[in-house]
Amino acid sequence: MLAGMTANVVFGLLRAAVLVAALQAANGEIAEYGIAATNTYVWIGQGLLGFILLWGTNELAERVRSGDVVVDLYRPWHLQSALLAQDLGRGGYAFLTRLAPPMVFGMLLFPFQFPASPVQWPLFLVSAVIALVISFACRFLIDVSAFWLLDNRGLYGFWNVTSGLLCGLTVPVAFFPEWARDVLWMTPFPALMQAPIDVFLGHGDPVRTLLYQVFWAVALLAAGHLVLQRAVRRVVVQGG
Amino acid sequence: MADSIYPRLIGARLRSQMSYRASFALDLVTQVLAQWIELVVILVLFGHVSALGGFTKDEVLLMYAFAGIAFGIADLFAGQLDNLPTYIRTGTFDVLLMRPLGTLPQIMVSDVRLRRVGRIIGAIAVMVYALAHVGIGWTPAKVALTIATPLAGAVIFGAIWVVTCSVCFWIVEGREFANAFTYGSNAFTSYPVNVYSAPLRWVMAFIVPGAFVAYYPSLALLGKQDPLGLPGWVGWTSPLVAALAAVVAGFVWRFAVRHYRGTGS
Repeated sequence: MLAGMTANVVFGLLRAAVLVAALQAANGEIAEYGIAATNTYVWIGQGLLGFILLWGTNELAERVRSGDVVVDLYRPWHLQSALLAQDLGRGGYAFLTRLAPPMVFGMLLFPFQFPASPVQWPLFLVSAVIALVISFACRFLIDVSAFWLLDNRGLYGFWNVTSGLLCGLTVPVAFFPEWARDVLWMTPFPALMQAPIDVFLGHGDPVRTLLYQVFWAVALLAAGHLVLQRAVRRVVVQGG
Repeated sequence: MADSIYPRLIGARLRSQMSYRASFALDLVTQVLAQWIELVVILVLFGHVSALGGFTKDEVLLMYAFAGIAFGIADLFAGQLDNLPTYIRTGTFDVLLMRPLGTLPQIMVSDVRLRRVGRIIGAIAVMVYALAHVGIGWTPAKVALTIATPLAGAVIFGAIWVVTCSVCFWIVEGREFANAFTYGSNAFTSYPVNVYSAPLRWVMAFIVPGAFVAYYPSLALLGKQDPLGLPGWVGWTSPLVAALAAVVAGFVWRFAVRHYRGTGS
């Protein structure tokens, strides 16, 4: 765990340094991001990364490939809900071990922009939890694609490579040119990372941001449910 | 005997990967994209500023490209070291020790993932663009430096991989610690080192010799003064630094392997 934290902190330091260098070249502010807001953005991002588990394990897909998934489907539960419950439980632990440490680290050692009003704290928490649900829903969709693809590692790799940039982890979505920004906010990606950060920093209307997140959480969970239903019809159980 | 066995092992790995063509093609494209993610970040930042740490967009792109090629080559051969914790934990490392071949080369050829060539291709494309746009006064020496830089950088990255992964002999779950320096160095060396704060720079640019992967050679090619104050000839020393790093890595690896005790029966 300490090793993981080292990696997390090193990458946070690197990202903050490059962004701050850009800010200095742009007279201290780019798109509502000053020095403090940028540091805050970086350290919340480093924390959320492990909390929402942006890059998951592809475990379910492996079970689909090996056939073990039959055991999961056989149980008297709704597979998607059960896994979501599991992921929320993981999130509770990750809140303490993954989300809080980088944020505290950032607060103590760097200029940090605390929320202007206390109500932003609980709103941020709600937003982060919805982000976790959306992250789960996306990972679930990638996992169940294995029912059709059998080997979904290509898709899984593609997600791992592109999601960090698209969700606003590597660089704030607000830094993108206007057309790219508009396109991105029409996708669920900023709901994973940029939305909770925006709520914390007080960028944009928090209610609107939360509604946007809820929309994608519901849409993606529903899509996962439907896809799983179709997928189950394809399952052939062999042997006796 | 030992002369021909490594080419054969590598050949076998490569053939096995080429047999699933569609999957391989998709992997290759993904790796090109992986390399270009940082390119997008650089372009997005330069949409707001005209210089980063006193360097123009094309100059930063040159450093990013050198770092990318070097990292791609190192990843191809040393990336397998990321599996070392698994070898140690499961005891598979004992098998490597029993074979009459060096342990380090065995791990290096254990899984040469050809798709990582995608990273190199993506970075070379950017290098060609950057070299055409930064306006270098070409001399034979500078041509040699341009070719030597990514190779020396690859050796430096490879040495970083070996040294940091050796930690796994003591801390078995040390992979993420190693990644902070391997993948972290890739991110670090993609930008001019003077944008980083002094403590971070000392660790990542000079103790870990990341500044010699792309930053100093680029300065020499561009004929620019080092904002950190080192003299101009430093840009030509990367191959030396790489050789030194390789020697250090060799010693660290031997020391670490000697420390290895296995996991018991």
